This record gives sequence, structure tokens and C-alpha cells, in this order.
Amino acid sequence: MANKILVILEQRDGQIKKSGFEAASTAVNLAKELNTIAEAVVIGDSISNINDVSKYGIKKLTHLKNADLANYSSSGYTDSIVGFAKDDYSFFILSNTALGKDLAPRLSVRLNAACVVDCIKLNVSGNEITLSRPIYAGKALVDVKFLGEKKVVTLRPNVFKAQISEDSSPAEIIVKEITEVNLRSRVTSIKKSEGKLDVAEADIIVSGGRGMKGPENFHLIEELAEVLGAAVGASRAVVDAGWRPHSEQVGQTGKTVSPSLYVACGISGAIQHLAGMSSSKYIVTINKDKDAPIFSVADYGITGDLFEIIPALTAEIKKVK
Amino acid sequence: MKLVVCVNHVPDTATRVKVGSDGKTIDPAGVTYIINPYDEYAVEEALKVKEKAGSGEVIVLSLGGDSNKETIRKALAMGADSGILLKDDQPRDSMDVAKALAEEIKNQGVQLVFMGKQSVDYDNSIVGQLTAEMLNYNCVPVCVKLEIDGEKIIAEREIEGGREVIETSLPCIITCQKGLNEPRYASLKGIMAAKKKTIEEKTITTTTSVTEVVKMELPVGKQPGRIIGSDSSAVPELVRLLKEEAKVI
Repeated sequence: MANKILVILEQRDGQIKKSGFEAASTAVNLAKELNTIAEAVVIGDSISNINDVSKYGIKKLTHLKNADLANYSSSGYTDSIVGFAKDDYSFFILSNTALGKDLAPRLSVRLNAACVVDCIKLNVSGNEITLSRPIYAGKALVDVKFLGEKKVVTLRPNVFKAQISEDSSPAEIIVKEITEVNLRSRVTSIKKSEGKLDVAEADIIVSGGRGMKGPENFHLIEELAEVLGAAVGASRAVVDAGWRPHSEQVGQTGKTVSPSLYVACGISGAIQHLAGMSSSKYIVTINKDKDAPIFSVADYGITGDLFEIIPALTAEIKKVK
Repeated sequence: MKLVVCVNHVPDTATRVKVGSDGKTIDPAGVTYIINPYDEYAVEEALKVKEKAGSGEVIVLSLGGDSNKETIRKALAMGADSGILLKDDQPRDSMDVAKALAEEIKNQGVQLVFMGKQSVDYDNSIVGQLTAEMLNYNCVPVCVKLEIDGEKIIAEREIEGGREVIETSLPCIITCQKGLNEPRYASLKGIMAAKKKTIEEKTITTTTSVTEVVKMELPVGKQPGRIIGSDSSAVPELVRLLKEEAKVI
């Protein structure tokens, strides 16, 4: 069968990521609609949660294995997948993560496929697939269709559900040792930001803006994030002022996010910021200016002094959790 | 060393997007166009590499209509040496853009190319990687730190929750992220000098897009929600709503 779907699961530190299972589950559902089969591949050294793919309905997974592939290598990963998948698959699904965004376009060139990234919806009608994706950081959406046979797609994390499949019989797991790794480009180390969740992947985000009055007050945001198990985000104003690192910036020149809960503290809501976060499922805002644009997208708001309200919120959540 | 910087001409990030009459693209009426914000980091980095080497040439490359010349001039005013406009008014997908860029980079025989990590209009963030793969060049996407020593490159790129340190070599394409440097402002002298610098125009006609936008629409607007209170006495009610109504905590 040459039109099978291949889902490329992302692992970090030897663990397949949640976004990988989201992609696996989506691939299985899509395969049903297209009357084909979805199989999975993972690249790396040993992978501790490899058997978990069975839960999501994957029946066959190939593990392309080599110690030099434990960390990402754009050249090594691209060559390994192209060598493995060249003729058997016509549809490739990855997660729209730093790794997926690097690997997907490279594969598309090598496999002579079209590439559409950051999809938030897949629509199947007959044999035709249309993909929806946000543009202008979410100010607009486009529906895109493919003009050719081969397709590479990345899915935005946190949007597609990792559904436990009714048929979760154990997948056949094939380990394929990769003997020669192309390390023309390789990751020599990873510098982790200390113990922090990343806004792009977090299910809950607590963000601070200029209303926080200074970097010394961000411990209030961090404490609230801590009790919620949330990532810390920031508005462009506070990043440009040097209060917070750019990796935390949410908005059009930062990250576009869609968590379940977004708590905006002291953020007025510039159009660039709203574009980056208004697709969050629930938005809470704490701001003393009741006319701030952020209230137009918020589900719940408290107008008032955030220096009083944030600590009270942190304490209350601690109580109920 | 000869360097290329690819720049894109995009709607200002403050733009309120409206759908055009074709139902597939932005309505350009009243929209201000600017150099893609991430491309400013690319121009700056190329200028820094040239300055460090003590000699070289920075060529600005852009694909699009005549108005892209404004963005090329902006890069020239910052200090780039000359411009090339790949003139074309057709809509193109990333693959098609990458093909045109790759061909011109090859023509120029350039080993080191800079571009923004993504264009803030279509947000694809893949043109650098596509171009690199077509040319069989290395690529460091979303670069926040760069050291070049002869042929060798040590770079850092942003990933979820940290940075990857990457070792690679020339030829290479670097896609630039905020934080890599502080782009310089064009001086008055720079702006005057830019007027005299050449922008070569090359018309391209073949399109080979492999995807097509069939529809563009605005997201469904959210209904404004509830103001629960104006001080910390509202907090218990907020937490109750998050727990029982929204079920997010």
C-alpha cells in the first residue's frame, strides 16, 4: 500500500511527547476516513514510553535507532526518515514544534511533497483534504488544499486530542538500527531554561504585562503559575523592556498559543497580543482599567489592583487544589 | 565573503486584517507595509558578519511586487550593499518562494544566507529550511546566537523550554529570531546612501506552487465575558467558575 499515513513521533530525553500522541491519534482517525492505514516512526536511542502508542490505535511502529540520534540532528533525522519511508507513504504527519517545523520542510523537499504547517483542523471530503491554519498570528484563518499526491503536515500542539482508541491491542514494534548517521548538522547540547514549562506547549499560561510595574514583581506571576502548573508568559512591552526573556513573549512577534486557560495580568491587550492568545479556550484577565481591550476577549475578569488580587488568587487555588 | 539576506515586505503587525474581495487574500486597502520584523535581525547579523570579516558584500534579496523595493531600501539604508528584486505579483506558496530564492542564491554563489525565522503574514516559518534542503546547504532555524569560525558554525536555536546548541558548517542558511542581536537604526547618511545603491530587477514567471489557499476568513469573535468583581473579594467566585463552569483547574 503506497498511500499509507506515517506519523513521525517526537521524543525528547527518550520520551515520546504528548504532542506526538496527539499526532498519532489524529493520524489513526484520518486513516479511517481515507480508508488507509496509519503507521508510526520514532527516531532516537532508547525510548521509555514506546509501548504507549498502542493506546492511540497505532498498530505498527518503527523505531529508527542509533545513540547518535538521541538528540535531534536535522541531517541525521531527515536522512533516516527518507531512507525508511521513501516509497511506502504518501502522507506524513508531525507536530508543529521546533523539531517538527525544522524536519517537515526538509522531508517535503526530499520526498517531493507539499508542506503545510501549523494546522488546527483537517477536513476530509471524499478523497480531498483541506487544512485550516491561522495566519497573521491568528488574526485570520486560511483553508489550504494540496495540488499534488504527497503531503507533509504539522499539527499545532494542544489542539488535536490524543484519544484512547477502542482497539488498543499492542502495536508491532520494529527496531531498525541505523548504521550510518549523517551528522553534518548536529545538536551537541541542550541548554534548558530552569525547570520551566514553555508557553508554546503549556495547557495553562499566566502572563504578565506592563501593569506588573517592574521585573521585581513577576514573582507574583511565577507563584500563581506554580500553583496552577502553568507556564509564565509575557507581553511584548515587558520583553522589550528587558523584564522577561523573549522565549516567554506571547503575540504576533512572539508565540501564538491556544491553552485551555490563559490568565492575563496587567496586560491591556494590544492587537498583536490578542492575535496570539485569543484562541485560548478560557481567558481570565486581571486589570485595573475596565476599558482595556483584553476584556473584549476575556471570559472572566476582575477589575482592580492586581497586587492584591493575584496573591489572593494564588492562595485560593492552593486551597481548592 | 559575499552574503545574501532575504527580506519580505509584510503588513504592519498593528494591521486589522480584512479579507479581500477574492475571499483568499488580505484586503490591502489602508494597510501599511513594513520590512518583516524578523528580517531586521537577519540584516543586522549579515552586517555584523561582514564588519567582523573586515570586507565583503551584503546582497538583499526579495521576491514580490514593485513595493518590495521599499523594504529592500530599508535594508540598504541599514548598510547592505545592493539589492535584487525577483519581480512577481503571483501568489506563491513557501515551496515556490524557496525555489526562486534557491536559484538566485545559487546564481550568486553565496555560502552564507540570512533570513527572518518566519514571515509575520503567512507564519509558515519553513522557507529557510526548504531553501537549504534544495541547495543541500545546512540550516539553523530560529537562531538566537551565532559564531562563525572559518567554515565552522556553532549556533544556538530556540526550542520548547530551552536552546539547542548546534554544530554545523558552511554552506548554511540561518533563520533569525528576536534576541540574536539588536538591529541598528538606519542613519540619515545611510538613508541618503541607500538611494544611490542599485536594485537589480529580475522577472520570474514560472510558478510551481504545490498548495493552494481556497479560502481566507476571520476567526469567530469571542463574546465579551463577565466582570466578576473589582477586588480580591471576587477571587473565590472566579475560582469556583474556573473549576465548575470552565472545568480548567
